[in-house]
Order: sequence, then C-alpha cells, then structure tokens
Amino acid sequence: MKPSPFTYHRPGSIPEALEVLAELGDAGKVLAGGQSLVPLMSMRLAAPAHLVDINHLTELDTVEVTDTYVRVGAIARHSRVGRDQAAYDAIPLLRQGLLNVAHPTIRNRGTTVGSIVHADPAAEMPAVLVLLGGTVELRGVNGKRDVAAGDFFVGPMESATRPDELAVAVMFRRPPHGSGSAFVELARRHGDYAMCGVGAVVGTDAEDSITSARVALISVGAGPVLVDVTEAITGSGGAFDEPALIRLVDERIDPETDIHASSEYRRHLAHVLTRRALDMAREHALRRRRERGA
Amino acid sequence: MFGARIKRSEDPRLVTGNGRYLDDLGHDALEVAFVRSPHAHARILEIDVTDALDVDGLVAIYTYDDLDARMTEPLPLLIPHPTLTHGRTQHALAIAEVNYVGEAIVMVVARNRYIAEDAAHRIAVDYEILPAVVGIDVARTAEHLVHDDVPGNVAAFMVQETGDADAAIDMAPHSLQLDLAIERSASMPMEGKGVLARWDNDDQSLMVHTSTQTSTSVRQAIAAKLSLPVDRVEVVTPDVGGGFGVKIVHPWPEEVLVPWAAIRLGRQVKWTEDRREHFISSAHERGQLHQVRVGYDDDGRLLGLSVKFWHDNGAYTPYGLIVPIITSTQLLGPYKPGVYRVEFTSLYTNTVIVTPYRGAGRPQGCFVMERTLDAIAADLGLDRTVVRERNFIQPDEMPYDQGLIFQDGRPLVYDSGDFPASLAKLKKLVDWDGFEAYRAQAHADGRTVGIGMACYVEGTGVGPYEGGHIRVETDGSVVVSTGLTSQGQGHQTMLAQIVADELGVSFDRIKVTTGDTRRFKYAVGTFASRTAVMSGSAVAMTARKVREKALRIAAQALEASVDDLEIVDGHVQVKGAPSSQIDLGAVAVLSNPLRYAFDTAAQRATQFASPADPNQPPVSAGESPGLEATDFYSPMRSTFANGMHAVIVETDPLTADIKILRYCVVHDCGNIINPMIVEGQIHGGVAQGVGGALYERMEYDTNGQLLNASYMDFLMPYASEVPIVEIDHLETPSPLNPLGVKGAGEAGVIPGSAAIASAIEDAEGIAIHRMPISPSELFHLRLASRATGLSNQKDTE
Amino acid sequence: MEAEALVHVEFTVNGRPHELEIPARRLLSDTLRHDLRLTGTHVGCEHGVCGACTVLLDGDPVRSCLVFAVTMQGADITTVEGCCTPGGGMGPVQQAFQDCHALQCGFCTPGFITTITGYLEENADPTAEEAREAIAGNLCRCTGYQNIVAAVQRAAQLKQAQLKARDAT
Repeated sequence: MKPSPFTYHRPGSIPEALEVLAELGDAGKVLAGGQSLVPLMSMRLAAPAHLVDINHLTELDTVEVTDTYVRVGAIARHSRVGRDQAAYDAIPLLRQGLLNVAHPTIRNRGTTVGSIVHADPAAEMPAVLVLLGGTVELRGVNGKRDVAAGDFFVGPMESATRPDELAVAVMFRRPPHGSGSAFVELARRHGDYAMCGVGAVVGTDAEDSITSARVALISVGAGPVLVDVTEAITGSGGAFDEPALIRLVDERIDPETDIHASSEYRRHLAHVLTRRALDMAREHALRRRRERGA
Repeated sequence: MFGARIKRSEDPRLVTGNGRYLDDLGHDALEVAFVRSPHAHARILEIDVTDALDVDGLVAIYTYDDLDARMTEPLPLLIPHPTLTHGRTQHALAIAEVNYVGEAIVMVVARNRYIAEDAAHRIAVDYEILPAVVGIDVARTAEHLVHDDVPGNVAAFMVQETGDADAAIDMAPHSLQLDLAIERSASMPMEGKGVLARWDNDDQSLMVHTSTQTSTSVRQAIAAKLSLPVDRVEVVTPDVGGGFGVKIVHPWPEEVLVPWAAIRLGRQVKWTEDRREHFISSAHERGQLHQVRVGYDDDGRLLGLSVKFWHDNGAYTPYGLIVPIITSTQLLGPYKPGVYRVEFTSLYTNTVIVTPYRGAGRPQGCFVMERTLDAIAADLGLDRTVVRERNFIQPDEMPYDQGLIFQDGRPLVYDSGDFPASLAKLKKLVDWDGFEAYRAQAHADGRTVGIGMACYVEGTGVGPYEGGHIRVETDGSVVVSTGLTSQGQGHQTMLAQIVADELGVSFDRIKVTTGDTRRFKYAVGTFASRTAVMSGSAVAMTARKVREKALRIAAQALEASVDDLEIVDGHVQVKGAPSSQIDLGAVAVLSNPLRYAFDTAAQRATQFASPADPNQPPVSAGESPGLEATDFYSPMRSTFANGMHAVIVETDPLTADIKILRYCVVHDCGNIINPMIVEGQIHGGVAQGVGGALYERMEYDTNGQLLNASYMDFLMPYASEVPIVEIDHLETPSPLNPLGVKGAGEAGVIPGSAAIASAIEDAEGIAIHRMPISPSELFHLRLASRATGLSNQKDTE
Repeated sequence: MEAEALVHVEFTVNGRPHELEIPARRLLSDTLRHDLRLTGTHVGCEHGVCGACTVLLDGDPVRSCLVFAVTMQGADITTVEGCCTPGGGMGPVQQAFQDCHALQCGFCTPGFITTITGYLEENADPTAEEAREAIAGNLCRCTGYQNIVAAVQRAAQLKQAQLKARDAT
C-alpha cells in the first residue's frame, strides 16, 4: 500500500509555512507527526497533492507552563508532553490522557496538537482539551485566530482549522486548586481506539467535598462530548445521584454501532466509565491535597 | 541432543537483521501490483487501461486475454474427493466473472511497487454487479448462486457414520440438542505472500523464490501451467515470516503469473503482497455452523452422537474438503462417541477462499464436542472432568479404530495416548478441585471468575512421505536436506539434533536446508504438524544409512570389525581404544575413489594411495561414491498427539470485559526432540487460540465487503491480551515411527475457543454457543439472559 | 507523463551518513530496505499497527512505515543492524532473544529488538509486568509473547553485565 505522489514542501520558518499554505489552499495539507495521515495516504484514502512539512520548525517544539495554562507547540510529540514534569504538575490530566493514546512508539512521533486538529471522535486529547477548556492558536498569512476549545471540534474528523491555517499551539487551561482528574477507557486491545472513554475533572473544597464535576466522553458522538455533571452531585463526600448522572450523560451522547461494540453497549460503558472516572478523579483530588500537605 | 533445549542455529542470522525473506531479494526486479475486484460478485464488462498507459515507469499490463496455453485454464484443484461433486477453482486472472472482493483481474508490472499501484489505480473496470452470497444462512437458502452451475451453492455433501446414530440417540435415557457456531478468522502470518522469478535465457531455466509451505509442489504446478519441463524449473523457499497454513495453498495466481511475466519480459519480476491484499486475496478459515444431537446415559456416557454442519468454503475450493473432513473426524477427540454420524454441507459464498489455518478444522470439531460434553455435565449435575473421564478411550484400548476415514485417506486409528493421565496432570496443574474455594473468595471480593477445560486429539504426521538426504563432506562437515519447508519452527535446529545423535557428529558441523528443490526434489510440504514425524524420521533413517556406510569404510581403513567401532564427535574410533580412529571427513574422502586429487586430503583416495582389491571394481555393485545417503519415511497412518487445556477467566460485572487469569496446558506429542521449540509452538498456538476466542473475526457485510481488512480492526492479540501459558508434558511415544515422535505444531490452538467458552459459561451461568465473543456480545447475552430468566439453554428430549 | 520529482535528504543510519535523492512519498521503511539495502527492518502492515518496521529515531522507537523518508533531514536512525556489536555479532538484546527462544520465524523480531533497545535506555531494570507493557505495541504471530517478555528482562541482565565488565576494565 503505497501513497500517491505529492509535492513536498519543507518551509524553513513559520512565515514561509504560512505563505505556502496560503498559496496551496485546499490542495495543501500540513504534515506533522503523520501517525494518522500517513496510513490514510498509504491506503490511498487520502491523496493530498501537497504536503507541508513542519517537523523542522523547532520553535514549535515547545511545552510552556504558566500559572494559568500549559501551552503545547505544534510539533511537541505526545511522548514529550507526557514526560514533561512541570506540565504534569500543572495539569495531571494531560499525562493521564496521553497514556491512553495508542502505543509509546506512536507517541514518539505523533503530536498532541496534530491529534487535536485531526479531530477524531475516538481520540483522547480533544476530550482533554474540551474538558479543561482552552484555545487552539491558528495562524495564517492574514494573522492569528484563537478558537475556543468548545468551538474547535466541528464534526467527525473536522476541526475549525481552515486549509490555509496552521495550528501553531494549543493552550490547555489549568484546573483550579483542589481539582482532581482521571481518564479511563475501555478498548478491545491495549492501545486500540476506545469503545468508550471518559475524562473527568472534579473540584473539591477544603473539606474534600466535590463541588464541581465535568466529564468528556470519546467514541460516543461526533466529537468529544462534554457534560457538566455538577448537578448530579448529592450530599457531600462525592456521591452522585446515579439516575441523574446517567440522564445527563444520555442527553448528550449519541453512540453508534460498529464491528467492535453495539451502541447500547457503548451507552452502557459511558455510564459505567463516567462513574469510574469521577470516583478516580475524586481520589486523585484527595491524594493531591494530601501530597501538598494542604 | 535428542530432548535437549538447544538454542537455535537459525537465530544469529535472524536477530541481526540478516534474514533473507522474499522481499529482501531481487532488489533490481520489476514489481507487480494487481487490480483486484472491489465487488464480491460481478461480471466484468470492460477493462480500460488507457489512463494507465502513460504512467512513467510502467512496463506491462496483462489481463486474462493475454494469457496463453495452460495459463488460461483454471488453477488446479489440489485435493479431489469423490464427494466434492462441484469443486471450482479460479483462473489466474479473472475471466468474465469475479466471485470475491480481492479476486485478481489485471496484473501490472512496473519499475517499482509505487508506480505499479499508480498504474493499477488508473485502470478502469466496468462491472455488472451481481447479488452477493455472504454467510452460511444466505448460502444455504440459495436464493442466489455463487456459481451458476452449482445448485444450492453446495460444493459437497458428505456423510460418515459408524451405525444408526439417530436410533441410538432416540433410545438413550437422556438426549440434548445444541446449535453452535464459530466465525471466520485467518492465519495472518506477519509476512504476506511473495514471489520472485527469473528466467535464465542462456540456460533456458526458471528460478522461482516463493514464500510457500511446499516448494516441491509449487514447482510441479508452475512447470505444468507454464508448459515447462519440470527439471528446468527450480523453486527455492527463502526465509518465511510465518505460514500457519495459508502458504500451503498453491499455486496462488501470483505464483504462476509472476514467472509467466518474467519469461515474457526477460526480466526478474517480483510481487510482494501488502497487508490489505493478504486480507482480501489469500485465505480464511474457521467459519462453520453446527447442529448436534447427542444421547447419553445417567453417567454421562455417550451412546449416540449425530452432528450436522455447514462449512463456508468461500468462492472456490482449491484445497478440496480437507478442513471439513478434519472437523468431521477430529471432533471425536479422545472419546468413544457411541454410534457416530457426521454430515456436512460445504457451501460456496462470495468471499475469500477457505483453506487450512493452524488446526485446520480441529478447533471447530473440538468446540462442538467439548461444548456438548459440558452441556451433558450441566444436565446431569456432574463435574465436567468426570464426564470426560467416563468417555475417554483407555490406554489399554489402543490402538483404537474410530471407524472413519481420516484426511490422509486412511483409517482413523489412534495409535497411542494416555488420556486419563493427561487429564489428571491438567487437574493438578490448574488445581481444578480447589477452584470452588477460589471462586468463593473471589465472589466475596466482588469478582466474577470461572474455570473451563477442553481436550483434543490431533492426527499428526500425515503422509504420503518425506525424505532426507545427508552427505558428509571431505572436511567433515555434514550437509542435510529435506524437501519440506520452514516458517519458523526451528527445523534446521531440530533436524540437526537428530543427525548429531544418529551420526555422532557435533551439532555445529551440521548444516540443514529445507524447501529447496535444487537440493531435494521429492517432498510433500509443511502442514498438519508433520515435520518432526516425517522429515525427522526420514533424516534419522538416512543418518543411520550414512553411519552404516561410514563404519564399513572405516572398518576397512582401521582394519577393525564394524561392531567394534563407534562415532564420537565426528571421529570413527575403536570402542575402548579411541586413539585408533579416522575422522568422518577422511572416510568421506575414501568413499569416493578418485583419479585426481583436488587437494592434499583427497590424495588418499587416488588409485596408487592405498592397496585395492584387484578382484573388485573401485565402486562395488550396488554402491555409490560418496559418504551420503537418501531415505524416505512413509507412514502407515497418522500418529495421534493429544492435549488438554484449562482456563480461568474473570469477567467484569459491569463492563463485561473478559480477562484470562490462568491458562494451563498439558501436552503429549510423544518423544520430544527440543522441548524449548515445542513449548514455543504451544505458546504461539495458545495465542492464536485466545485470538480466535476473544478477538478475531472476519467482518463481512451483506455485500461481501470485508469491513476489517486491516490490523486496526482485525484484532490479533498483543502481548497485553495473551496470558502466561503454564505447560506440563506427558510423553506417550508413537509406535509408528523410528523416533517415537508426534507432531506439535498445531496443538496450542485447537481447544482455545472450547476451553474459554467453557470458562465464561462457568463464570456467567450463560450458555456460550458461539465464538468468538466480545465484551459487547457478553453484555447483550447478559441482558437476554436476565430478560428471559433462563441460563444454560438446551432442549431435552 | 513526467517522472516523479526527487527530493534531496541527508540523514545518518547506524552511524553512517547518507545522501539521497528520492521521491517525497517514499516511506522510510522502503528507503531503508531498498535504497540502503538494510533489509533487517521488515514491513508487516504499512499502517502502523504491527511494529515490525520499528526503528530508532534519535534513540526513540518510531514506525518507519509511518514516516516519509524525506522528512528525516538531519535525523539519526538506528535499525536492527545497528543493534549488533561493532563486529556484526549479537548485541545484548539480540543475544537475549536467542537465549530465551524469543523468535520463531523472525519476521517481527527486528521491530521488537529496536523497541526493546530504546526501552532499556529509559528503564534499565524492568519487572515482568513492565517488560510485557513495553512490548505490547508490537505484534507477533509465532511466539505468543511469553519468551519475548523473558527476553526483555534477560537483555536488561546482559546489558548490566556488559556495563559492569566495561566499568571493571
């Protein structure tokens, strides 16, 4: 299975890359990690006439941590982002999500920004982004455009990126103090796309009660499905009203049947894994609080 | 060396990246790609190659109309059988009609594979799409036909019986009925098929390399199809990246087309299959539907067994009925079935052809028998192993004639085996009797666990024969060859171990080649777990001949009696007086009377070097020059290995995820030549068994499109999905061959689905009659079972 | 129709620098195998799942079938051939594979060897569980993985022994 011929561009700078993309319009595609694009091209399911290789734009290989966000540059590999200790301390959910992305070998080449732009409803990092909130920074010859996480995923495999734009970075917002998070999924085999996956972030107060809870689900809709389940919290201590939780999730998800799982089973997993992720997120919050000695 | 865990001589080359697999060869060859049918069933109306013609680097495009002479005939039907009344095979390139997605229509030859694919993509084929017949139900309903001249889509209808089974069941105190199903999987070796051909115009000879399990038979087939004298064709098997049965089929269309093109173009031509091609144009196996009726007594003893099944053979039947015949016969396992009747209908569907995949029909048969025995145990409230014990053929009943004809055309007679002893070992290994306590503890922890087991018998070492040739060179090295092939089983190591022992030479001085028609021309192939039995025996017999000759010659040279001589580490020496010796290399020199000494050592054999008997010719009547021999082993019957597996599973009460906690194997393949290699075979077989039970199925839609033609969606297990395999051995030697060995290659995979289904059923209390099973399917079974309030469904008559 | 445009790219493989003029779409797996005749790297699926094509890119395992060779400008690539000793003999990971009977047909083996070589740089002393996890991204159809897991730990052992021997001299 060999790809169709294409014209290869290796711009030496970001402005050059943007020029090329502007010229090529629909005919050009950005090549970063290639872990999703290359197999599609080998199977001739995709045949872009031009590829714009951004792998040598080293200024895009960044992981930046501030008080309010972690900013990941376009060619930072999943493995680099996952290993970054400062990023982990700021947003543990990044590593929690990344460890579910394919296999380590794929993560050595695939990029987090690339995965987000690819917008696969079964991908973990788009879910991490909508769960945390943040923006995707798009650049074109005509300037910069920041798209909020909630607006970025338009449909299956479709993001808000225009053909002449380059996503130069993704900014993940840091969750508030006292948060806990988790990412849990069930796949047929280790490293496969999940039949269903759930990322969860909970907020806790000084008494370790859960004060807020959000989940983002994958493989059960046209994109990552964000559900605020705060209203399903009952009492203190982190209990959830199960029927309410299920109702809130069911309102948002639209699972399909495929050869690996039925839609009913996916829906069932959504319920089970949401509960599990929330429990794990709460435990995570408690653990972090203890570790910080707060 | 026999019985030793010798490290493999194949390894240093392979681990350092110095393997020579098909695609590693022929760097300067032209490369091939095919236009393959995108439709499961269609008439070809027109092939328009115009757009492809100006692709830079294109060399040639061929369709059926370009083929000539015998290349226009269908590919051979390899194993005919009287009941295969409607056998059909495809043409090398499709003529007029295609019958499965993937069937080859146009061959493109170009400078490299990239360009060949470019050209292939520009070829436009116009089709009239016909209704596709997919799945057993659709095939047997026969509203549409795969082949117009095959009524009912029935390739064959076959019955074997030992008496009136239905009457026996009717008269039995108890009876039950089961409907069981296994879905398609496939061999899926990591290396696909590949063919490299070179026509030597000066020599007027053809050299073909192909990733095959039978070089000798491919050679015959190529010679026949290309109308070449057989002795002008050689087939060499390179390193092969796995076979598992799929590479025993021959000739693949590509195996005749690539040489044919090489001759026409006067260039080396190579075709390397890619993974998608392998999915849609090699072979699958396992898909069957069974209906079982069984009669039994109060103790669970079988009185009558009647099995009807439908076998999906895909679009063509090049390999005949071997798979369903094996299912029919090996279903009996280690048991006495009472009166047995088995009937099968082999059906055409518009899907990839079905030919043996490791186990070759046995996994299906084992699934049927073992689920039936489990059902009997459940009905009578008996321990499942007790039901087995009560039905076992006993060791003192060997040899045991099941009264049927086996896949080798010979009576199904089990030669040896101690089934009660194997089962006792298995129960001990897995702690069968301690399981209820374990289950109670797990239950207290909120966990759901279950245990299952399954037994099987495997007829191995089928004939007609294999051969060996051994030559001791004048430097003392030993060259061994056998005609069958290797795909990673360590044949070179295993056969060298045999020769080392038989001939008394060091393992390191022995070089073994397999699968090269230049070196050994008479062979059958590697399949049916036969190499150790067949080539092992042949090589042992050959080595004994060489040894006998060596001793005779050495006796003369040492002026000793043959009975006083032994061979130790490559030296023939007098027992008790080792200083009186001659090394085998020197014996080899002496074995070949020379006129001309080509080196110093050879001088010894020339006419004036040593006294010769003037009343005898230099080479006596009936003798030949050289310290070499050839011999063949041809068995009376297959020899029967057996094994038993036990599995402990855990199912997640919420997600229905299925995990294997323990996998235990007791295995009897007679005398073991290299335990390390045998265990490796078992590990690999178990992994495929787990794959077949929990992960792998070919997903065809109703239009005959294979939805999961890639490794992303065809779920072969990774290391994370395969359990640790705990193995214990029993050795009941085979009385049928000189080494007392039985085959081991397929053992690991045979009872996988049966044992795992048994364990899941035990965990869940839900009948599992269809495999493979996924968490999603278990979830739905749970829902259904809760809804109806029933579990362990059966009809009791 | 014109011949395909060629792109200039330079990278190092197993310590040797190479300069190539190749079509942009040529996969790194094909370049290694057919342009550089390093046929140790194998192609099992060409969609990134089986891992037989795994090589080390600047020390990290990547799937060479998912990389266009022209993007490798300036890269430092190690293939299974580069995991040998300087004399071409078996390095510790390769030796471990023979010791543990961790290969049968050998087709998937190079991908495991590079993956494990890269892994042991990060984790020099893995547990059996870690060893299994480390190789859980590579497919093998022959061995059932058990002996490959053992080989990971054996390789770790051999590497430690090698380092000790080197330190002692």
